[in-house]
Amino acid sequence: MQGISTADKLVVPEDTILYVDGVNKAFDGFKAINDLSFYVQAGELRAIIGPNGAGKTTMMDIITGKTRPDTGDVIFRGDIDLTEMDEAHIANLGIGRKFQKPTVFENQTVFENLELALAGKRRVFESLFFKLSGREADHIDQVLEKIALAEKRNWMAGNLSHGQKQWLEIGMLLMQEPDLLLVDEPAAGMTDAETMKTAELLKEIAKDHSVVVVEHDMEFVQALESRVTVLHEGHVLAEGSLETVQKNQQVIEVYLGR
Amino acid sequence: MTKFFKHIMVLAIALFMAAPTLAADDFSAQVDALNGKSFSKKIKAIEVLAEADNDRVVPVLRAMLGGDLYALKSDKTVVIAEKRGSVYLVHKADDGADLGQMAKSDIKKVRVNNKVRTVIKGILGGLTLLSPNVEQRQKAIDAVFNSRDESLLPTLKKAISREEDDALKAKMVLTKAAIELENAKDPETLSAALSVLKETPTPDVRSILTRYVASAPEDMKAEAQATLDAVESSLSMWENVGNLYRGLSLGSVLLLAAVGLAITFGVMGVINMAHGEMVMLGAYATFVVQEVFRAYMPGWFDWSLFVAIPFAFLVAGSVGVAMERGIIRFLYGRPLETLLATWGVSLILQQAVRTVFGPTNQDVSSPSWMSGAIEFTNGLQFTYNRLWIILFALLVVVGVTLILKKTAFGLQMRAVTQNRPMANSMGIKSGWVDAMTFGLGSGIAGMAGVALSQIDNVSPNLGQVYIIDSFMVVVFGGVGNIMGTVVGAFSLGIVNKFMEPMAGAVLAKIFVLIALILFIQKRPRGLFALKGRSVEA
Amino acid sequence: MAQSMKQKTVLLGFLLNDRGGQILLGLLAAAAVLVPICNIFVPESSIFHVPTYMVSLLGKYLAFALLALSVDLIWGYCGILSLGHGAFFALGGYAMGMYLMRQIGDRGVYGNPILPDFMVFLNWKELPWYWYGFDAFPFAMLMVVVVPGILAGVFGWFAFRSRVTGVYLSIITQAMTYALLLAFFRNDMGFGGNNGLTDFKDILGHDIQEDGTRIALFLATVAALALGYIICRYIVSSRLGRVLLSIRDAESRTRFLGYRVEYYKLFVFVVSAMLAGVAGALYVPQVGIINPSEFAPAVSIEIVIWVAVGGRGSLYGAVLGAFIVNYAKTYFTGALPEAWLYMLGLLFVVVTIFMPKGVVGTVPAFKDLKKKDGTSLFGKSTEAAE
Repeated sequence: MQGISTADKLVVPEDTILYVDGVNKAFDGFKAINDLSFYVQAGELRAIIGPNGAGKTTMMDIITGKTRPDTGDVIFRGDIDLTEMDEAHIANLGIGRKFQKPTVFENQTVFENLELALAGKRRVFESLFFKLSGREADHIDQVLEKIALAEKRNWMAGNLSHGQKQWLEIGMLLMQEPDLLLVDEPAAGMTDAETMKTAELLKEIAKDHSVVVVEHDMEFVQALESRVTVLHEGHVLAEGSLETVQKNQQVIEVYLGR
Repeated sequence: MTKFFKHIMVLAIALFMAAPTLAADDFSAQVDALNGKSFSKKIKAIEVLAEADNDRVVPVLRAMLGGDLYALKSDKTVVIAEKRGSVYLVHKADDGADLGQMAKSDIKKVRVNNKVRTVIKGILGGLTLLSPNVEQRQKAIDAVFNSRDESLLPTLKKAISREEDDALKAKMVLTKAAIELENAKDPETLSAALSVLKETPTPDVRSILTRYVASAPEDMKAEAQATLDAVESSLSMWENVGNLYRGLSLGSVLLLAAVGLAITFGVMGVINMAHGEMVMLGAYATFVVQEVFRAYMPGWFDWSLFVAIPFAFLVAGSVGVAMERGIIRFLYGRPLETLLATWGVSLILQQAVRTVFGPTNQDVSSPSWMSGAIEFTNGLQFTYNRLWIILFALLVVVGVTLILKKTAFGLQMRAVTQNRPMANSMGIKSGWVDAMTFGLGSGIAGMAGVALSQIDNVSPNLGQVYIIDSFMVVVFGGVGNIMGTVVGAFSLGIVNKFMEPMAGAVLAKIFVLIALILFIQKRPRGLFALKGRSVEA
Repeated sequence: MAQSMKQKTVLLGFLLNDRGGQILLGLLAAAAVLVPICNIFVPESSIFHVPTYMVSLLGKYLAFALLALSVDLIWGYCGILSLGHGAFFALGGYAMGMYLMRQIGDRGVYGNPILPDFMVFLNWKELPWYWYGFDAFPFAMLMVVVVPGILAGVFGWFAFRSRVTGVYLSIITQAMTYALLLAFFRNDMGFGGNNGLTDFKDILGHDIQEDGTRIALFLATVAALALGYIICRYIVSSRLGRVLLSIRDAESRTRFLGYRVEYYKLFVFVVSAMLAGVAGALYVPQVGIINPSEFAPAVSIEIVIWVAVGGRGSLYGAVLGAFIVNYAKTYFTGALPEAWLYMLGLLFVVVTIFMPKGVVGTVPAFKDLKKKDGTSLFGKSTEAAE
């Protein structure tokens, strides 16, 4: 299983935003992540695919500080080691994360959800005496337009449809103004139309952010038109355009051979 | 004066069991015969008296030995008289009745010679030390050890030479050494006594030695101190063994209370604040069963616990099933609400028991095979009821583990816990499994109540005492892990008991609670946390 | 002029769309005026006369209402179910009790000018260091908030930093108050052991039994509750309040937005403990005693049921719940003492199963009030509860 990614490891371009190197993580002896190495360039849109149990979510957990790796480095913007930081710290550094299951604050309005995600001011007393400025309100309006929820701004988030919740969550990521977005299965449970719209949304976002998308749905990945990384058993199996990896013998074995 | 009473106590206890009886009238006559015309008649009377089953024998003989025995000049009644200034306080010898103050001219001393004195001494000391009955000798030697009267030494030596029971003989040798240490003068005897005492480290020996060291002659001081040190170090070792035992005992009680919780809380994730009340119900079930046995088949009373255990399991178990079906199943996924609702149930159950049985403690007794204790020469006691409870707790754990691991029900239970929809689709009735699981946890709590009824007061508040500790055990051991619960219970019990002598019971408990609060914060999932992505999510 | 007007509206803006709160504050203001009048000026023969014991009873309820408010702030808005809030209440009460003990001076049974009776009884020769300063009212009042605040701060710092949540947190808060219960029962702790602190004489130089003093204590409690309500209302309607809601509903999501959840929890936990301390300090002079039984875990759980009955996540609901349950308790322990524990037990069961939103969320009249309130705070949690 070794080999393919070790070659990548040697050549790391200058403008790398995220650099994962030799990460291992085991749960009770089960190796969820096994010598995982890859990098994401600034401004890149990257899709990560892999069968169930390939370690996609654990990888996200490690990057965002939810889980500590046993060994290995996770380097952000060239010199920031993420492995010792907690979630809030990493979020404030500029890494946003969207969960697999859409997680919005259901008992608050769409507008309030976005306002909470607004970049900056995260301290307790700043929040206590916070007043929304006109410019910030405008920013929220722009994002509302982008995620097509402007008309539902005063809806309780809990009353939105599944797809709308996904978009709201992406909108919240945008409010955070992160440098890197980690998006976990954004198309899960969506209708075809919603899936295509989500792909468009992500592509647009990728114009000014680096985005990593974890996805099952091959059509959706195709629609992203991005570089693809294939994970298998916690390890990078192949990397390249969708066509290249689809022709890769090992990938075919993993997906079809079993 | 106090020493005098000590003697009386010793011999009163020793004599209490003396076999032959003498009717009250005969007894008075024999007492009056002590004032016989010749010394030989007096001796005869003494010998007859010694056989009498009467607790006045000892004071009378002591008085005779001490020259306090008189006869009234008026009617020759034998009395005991004590000089108080110019008058005498007079009591009747045969029954101790107070005759008030008398002048010297009213009474006449009962005369004794050396022969009579020796006879009295021998009889007094040897009365029971030489008794053919082991139990009497046991009591006598305990009493003699406590009084440590030098005058008993000859009898004691004789008793040692005759004694065939090893344990008793050892105790006699120890007593002899203690008496010699306190009275002898020559270094050789003292050294010998010290080395005997060294062999038997008990708290009593420690206090004897401590007192001796304080007043020992210069040449003995070093040796005495060394002996004391040796006794103390070996005592502290035995104390640790004792603490360990007490800790295991407390641990087994905690374990019994916590095993059921490990199922309801650990496996099902339900916080049952009424768990303590299930224990309480079990204890009351025991009470009811015992009442029935007392009323209808007192001969079988020793077997009542074997009925009480399944009965308590069924009572608490069915209350548990009713609770699960009636309340808890509406609250799955809302653990905090479950906590509050079950607290309400606990209030209702407590009040219901109060209404039915009254607020006072109920009398639950132990069957004969649970009373008594294994005693060690150094004073350490392992009581049988606590030993049985340790054994019972371990049996319950083994039983629960077997149910969880080896039965179809256990398999279904684990299936439902891990993936309810999947279990449902496989045809498992998850509602039924929930109810049975909860019933099992509650039933085990009921069995814990049977055990607790043997060592604790059976009152409506019984459960409250154990609930917080049980939660601590489960959380400490690691939720959902029976082995963790066992380790948690025993380590909490032992730590508690080792801290008690240092800090006192209440402070020890506070320290343990604080330590646990800190521990939970360090390892929120307990000592034996299950690891894995699903748990961390 | 216009500028200051605008500032004023902004300053109290958070009360504008809070109809329930406005009604509550209005009722409190009315009580502050009517109760003293009905006590002092209405003759005793009149049915409108409020006897002094009733003034103190109302004062006690108000103190309980403040306590309920403090529990609601953390439970209803941040999902922290504390089963140990009675501890903060009792600590505030003890701080007040210590001041009142020092005011007895040499009028105690043993007539010692410095040492309280129980210390003389225990043969103590001098005042323990932690009793210093409690003869001064301002210092004692400072301790009323500082001591519960420090305990909550230390406890919360450990607990929240280690991410102890849900029922685990509830259980260790219960263990905390249990440990304090055991500690305060000890005579050598220096807080009067089993008997606690009692036989108070004066507060600020006024006889504590006098009608005037009782009225003043009542008014102080009204003011404290009103102020407590305004503080809580400000907190929950600020952005911080919305972060708390987010933590309650989806803690992990809140972290990924970059909020340091532990600091938010710590802040609100400390504020809540301080409010509970103030409630305790107002309670003690009105009932005349503080003893370790206030630390009993059962007492703390009972506070939670007040909030649940009223409706958690609604501040005036908590106040309402405290009044309903405590009035019922006073009535039934008098009329049907046997029945009260059954009722209380049933209340726990019925409210959690059939009225999870409490009176405020179930009774139609209150539901309307709730709609006008602007923010709805009820609903299911997004993250699976742990």
